[in-house]
Amino acid sequence: MSKVLVIAEHDGIELNPSTAKVVSCAAGIPGAEVDVAVFASSASEIASQAADIQSVARVLTIEREENSHLLAATLAPQIVALSDGYSHVFGPSTTFGKDLMPRVAALLGVNQISDIMTVLGSHSFKRPVYAGNAVLTVEALPLQVVVATVRTASYTAAAGGNSAPISETQVNVDLPTHTRFIDIQSGASDRPDLQTASRVVSGGRALGSSENFDIIYKLADKLGAGVGASRAAVDAGYVPNEMQVGQTGKIIAPDLYIAIGISGAIQHLTGIKDAGTIVAINKDEEAPIFEVADIGLAGDLFSIVPELTDAL
Amino acid sequence: MEKILVGLKRVVDYNVRVRVKSDGSGVETDGVKMSINPFDEIALEEALRMKERGEVNEVVVISIGSSESQQQLRTGLAMGADRAILVETNDALDPLGVARIFKALVDRENAELVLLGKQSIDGDNNQMGQMLAAIWDRPQATFASRIELNGNTARVTREVDAGLETNEIDLPAVITVDLRLNEPRYVKLPDIMKAKKKPLDIVPATDLGIDAGPIVREISYEPPARRERGIMVDDVAGLVAALKDKGLI
Ligand SMILES: Cc1cc2nc3c(=O)[nH]c(=O)nc-3n(C[C@H](O)[C@H](O)[C@H](O)COP(=O)(O)OP(=O)(O)OC[C@H]3O[C@@H](n4cnc5c(N)ncnc54)[C@H](O)[C@@H]3O)c2cc1C
Repeated sequence: MSKVLVIAEHDGIELNPSTAKVVSCAAGIPGAEVDVAVFASSASEIASQAADIQSVARVLTIEREENSHLLAATLAPQIVALSDGYSHVFGPSTTFGKDLMPRVAALLGVNQISDIMTVLGSHSFKRPVYAGNAVLTVEALPLQVVVATVRTASYTAAAGGNSAPISETQVNVDLPTHTRFIDIQSGASDRPDLQTASRVVSGGRALGSSENFDIIYKLADKLGAGVGASRAAVDAGYVPNEMQVGQTGKIIAPDLYIAIGISGAIQHLTGIKDAGTIVAINKDEEAPIFEVADIGLAGDLFSIVPELTDAL
Repeated sequence: MEKILVGLKRVVDYNVRVRVKSDGSGVETDGVKMSINPFDEIALEEALRMKERGEVNEVVVISIGSSESQQQLRTGLAMGADRAILVETNDALDPLGVARIFKALVDRENAELVLLGKQSIDGDNNQMGQMLAAIWDRPQATFASRIELNGNTARVTREVDAGLETNEIDLPAVITVDLRLNEPRYVKLPDIMKAKKKPLDIVPATDLGIDAGPIVREISYEPPARRERGIMVDDVAGLVAALKDKGLI
C-alpha cells in the first residue's frame, strides 16, 4: 500500500490552493492513503483547512517557532524525520515546493520526480521536459521513497467537506540557523490570484510602459480576471515578477486566457497549455500565438482592448 | 573570497524547436545547436561581476558530461572565467548524481560559493542546486534576482510566487539564479583566442569514486498534446460573439 505525505503550502494564515491539487494527484496513486503535514509556528487554522480536503486521512501539525517562515533549510530535516513509514512525499511545483522538495530528496538519497502531470502507477509518472515540448514517462526505483513535486496546473483541487483528524506531532531534530528570512515584498493586489483565477488577462512587451498596462487591468477588472504578463513585460519593468507566466514563471490553467501583445514564444506557451480557451490579440497576423489560440483577433491592442472593455 | 564555482551545462539551444524522436527514445539532437544553459550563463555573469568588483579572486567553471561540453566551457572561459574543469562521463546522470560529483569538486577546490542556474532548460528539473546544498549541509538560496555579498554572509533576493523574498545566508552556500539577475555579456573574438590558453582540466568521472545512482528510469518520450489553431474574428464584436458562443461571458 502507498502512504503519501503531502507537505502543505501556506503563508502562515491560509492554506495555499496548491495543497488541494497535490492531494488530488496523490489520491490518484492506487490504494493511497494521504496525510498532510502542516509546518507552522501556529498551525491550527491551516490544519483545519487541510482537514477539510477530501481524501485526506490525517493532518499532522508540526508547530515550532522556526516554522514561522517556510525555509527549505529548516523544513527539509523535519520532513525527513517525519517521512519514516511513507512511500511517497509530495509537494506542489510552486516556488515553495521547487525550493524545498529537492533538498528533502537529496537528504533521503533519492532523485526527485519533478512536475508530475499524470500518475500511471505508484512509481510511474509522466512529466513535461524541454519547456513542455516533450512529455517523459519516468519510473522511480521500487522500494525507494518517491519524492516529487506535482504540476498543479494538471490537477483540479480536491473538493472540501472532509473532516480528517488533526494530530499534533513532535519532530525532534536540530535545525540549522544558517538561513534567515528577512522580508517579502508583494505587489499587493485585490485581483484574483493568478494561479487559481478562472480568467486571466496577460499583457506583453507591446504594452510599452507600466502606465499603458492600465488598459490590461481595466479589462481584467471588467472580467473579474487575474492579470499576468510575458517575461518581456516583466523584464522591462512594466509589472512585478510574480506576474510572469511561462516556463520560468507561473504555469496556469484558467478557463479563459487572453494574451494581449504577446508573440507566443514557446517559453510563454508552456505556461498556458492547459488553459480552457486561449484568446490572442496581436497586430501581427503571423504571430505564433495565433497557432494555439482558440479565438484570434489581429489588430492594434491600443484600440481593441478599450473597445472590448466597453463592450463587456 | 577566494573561489566561486559555476556550473555550465550543455543543452539544446533555447531557440531550437525541440522534436521527439519517432521511436520515443529521446529528442532529436543530431545537428541541433547546443549552448550553455541560459540560466548558467547568468550565474557565470554574476560570478564575473563579483570578481570585477574585487569580491572574489577566482571563477572556476565546471561541466559534467561528454567531452563535447568542452565547447561550453571554452565559451565560459572566453566570457572571463579563470579556469575550467570537465568531469567527463557518457553516462546519463540524474540531478542527485550531478550534485554528488559537484560536492566532490566543492571539497577538492574548497569553494566558498557555488553559483548555478535555477534549472536547465532540457530536463527542467530545478533540483541540482538544492541537492548540492543538502548533501553539503549548507544554505541554499534559489531563484536569485539580486545577490549582495557581505563578508561571511550573503543577502539574496529570490523571485517567488508571492513576490520578492529576501533571505540572509551564511557562506559557504549554493545560490541558484533566475533570469532577471543580470544580462550576460557577449563574447568578443579576442577573448575567444585568449580563452584557448586558459586551463581546462579533464577529470574522468570514475576518478572521483562517486556513486552517482540511484537513477530514475526514462521509459519513453512523446510529443505533448497539441492545441489546434482556432478561429480568427474580424473585430471586437466578433470576439464578444465568439466568447458568448463558448459560454465564457
Ligand atoms: C530560458 C528562458 C526562459 C524564458 N521563460 C519565459 C517565461 O516564463 N515566460 C515568458 O513569457 N517568456 C519567457 N522567456 C522569453 C520568451 O522567449 C520571449 O522572449 C517572451 O515571451 C517575449 O515576450 P512578448 O511576447 O511580450 O514580447 P515579443 O516577443 O516582443 O512580442 C510582442 C508582440 O506584441 C505584438 N505587438 C506589438 N505592438 C502591438 C500592438 N500595438 N497591438 C497588438 N500587438 C502588438 C507584436 O506583434 C509581438 O507579437 C524565456 C526565455 C528564455 C531564454
